[in-house]
Amino acid sequence: MQINMTVNGNEVTNDIEPRVLLVHYVREVLGLTGTHWGCDTSNCGTCVVLMDGQPVKSCTVLAAMAAGHDIRTVEGLAAGGTLDPVQQGFMEEHGLQCGFCTPGMMLTARALLDKNPHPDDTEIRQAISGQICRCTGYATIVRSVHWAAAHPAGADAAATVDAVLDGTDNAVPDIATELVETEVKA
Amino acid sequence: MQIPAPFDYVRATSVDDALELLSRHGAESRVVAGGHSLLPMMKLRLSRPEWLIDINDLYELDFILRDGDKLRVGALTRHTTLLESAEVAGLFPIVRDAESVIADPIVRNRGTIGGSLCQADPAEDLSTVCDVLGAEAVIRGPGGERILTMADFHRGPYETAAGPDELLCELRFPVRSRSGSAYEKVERRVGDWAVGAAGASVTLAGDGTIADAAVGLTALGLDHTVAEAGAVLRGQRPAEELFVEAGRLAAAACDPVDDQRGPVDYKRHLADELTRRVLRLACTRAIQTQEG
Repeated sequence: MQINMTVNGNEVTNDIEPRVLLVHYVREVLGLTGTHWGCDTSNCGTCVVLMDGQPVKSCTVLAAMAAGHDIRTVEGLAAGGTLDPVQQGFMEEHGLQCGFCTPGMMLTARALLDKNPHPDDTEIRQAISGQICRCTGYATIVRSVHWAAAHPAGADAAATVDAVLDGTDNAVPDIATELVETEVKA
Repeated sequence: MQIPAPFDYVRATSVDDALELLSRHGAESRVVAGGHSLLPMMKLRLSRPEWLIDINDLYELDFILRDGDKLRVGALTRHTTLLESAEVAGLFPIVRDAESVIADPIVRNRGTIGGSLCQADPAEDLSTVCDVLGAEAVIRGPGGERILTMADFHRGPYETAAGPDELLCELRFPVRSRSGSAYEKVERRVGDWAVGAAGASVTLAGDGTIADAAVGLTALGLDHTVAEAGAVLRGQRPAEELFVEAGRLAAAACDPVDDQRGPVDYKRHLADELTRRVLRLACTRAIQTQEG
C-alpha cells in the first residue's frame, strides 16, 4: 500500500506492506537510524517519536497508521543547524552515558516542554516514566530537561551543530581542563 | 524481530463505514484504535486478523460531553484526554485515579477507553471503573444501537457482548449528586499489569447515610462488583468498622491466582486493604462534594 506522511518537515511517500511498524519504516525505509529499536514490546521507550507533537512508541504503531500525520524524529530536533535546547541540555548536564535511550528521552522532553515550559522534578520523572535508561542515569536526564527549561533559546542561539561537534562553539564550557587538573591532583 | 502476520489494512472514514467493513469482513477482521494491546498480540502471532480496520480517523467517537444527568464519553477518547479532563475529575475522581496508573504517559497518548474495555484484559482498570460507576456501553451494529450495563457488556476475561460485526461507540456515566469515588492499584513498576486494584463509588443520602455503593476489584479474579460489599454498605453511616467489614467481604469474594506477581494470600490481603482505602477516600470525597 502507498503511504504519505510528513517526517521532520519533509513529505515522504512509499509503498509498504501494511504490517510494517513505524520504527522499521523510519529506520530502514527512510534511513533515519537515530530512532532506536529496543524491546519491541512498548516497554522501553527508546523508539519514541513525536506524532503530531505527542510522544508515541513507534514499535507499537503501524507505519500505515501514521500515514497522513506529522512525525518528528531525533534527526528533526536540531533546526537550521542549531541544536534544540533539549539536546544542549543533555550535553551540558551529561544526560547520556551509552546513548541508547537518548533519542526517545529527548523527544519526550521536547514534547513535555512544549506543553509545560517549567516542569518540576516530579513532572519530568512522570513524563519519562515509560522509558528505561539501563545506565540508570535518570538524575542527569532530569537535570538535562531542567537545563533546557531554563534555556528556552539554548545556551547560545548561534551555536551550530558543526561548531558543537568540532568543539569550536562556546555553548559548552571547557570542562576538560578542569577534569584534567582534578585528575592530576588526585 | 516481532512482525505481525500479513493482513490487509483499511481506514474507516465514519462509524457507518466501520460497520459496513465489519459486516463485510466480520470474524476475520479486528478493529484497531490505540493498538497497544492488539499490535503486541499480532506481533506475537496470538492474533492473526486478515483485515485490520483502523478507526483512528473517527473523530466523532472522541468526545466528553455532559448531557443532562449523564456524562457521555466517546469510545475513541484517549487515556491522556480522560486523565487531563477537569470535568471528568470533578464528577468522577476515580477516573483520574485510575488513568494516572494505566500503562505509562506515552502509551496513554494512544490507548483509548473503548479499546481497553473491548480488550477486557482481567488486569485492565477501566472495566472496574465503569462497573462501579454504573456506566452503560453503547454498541452499534447492523441491527442498530444497543445499550448495555457493564454487567451485560463485560462477560469475563477477553470477552465482551460486542459481536464481530458491532462497534463499541460510547460510554454513559450517570451523574449523581453527593457522590464520591476512588481507585487504588498496586503494581510492581510503572506500566506493568496490576498485582491487584480496587475501585469504589459511594452516593450519600440527605441524612449522611450511604444510599448506594459499589466496590470492584481488578486482576483479582472477580469480573463484576462485590455484591456483598455493596449490600453491607447501603443504609449505613460511613465509618471505619464498615470499611473493614467491606474489605473482609471483598477478600472473601475474590478468586485471585498465584503467579509471578504474587501469591494468593497476598492478593487477598490487597483486596481487603485496597477496598478499605478506596471506600475511605470515596466517602471523604462524597462528603466534600456534599459540603461543596
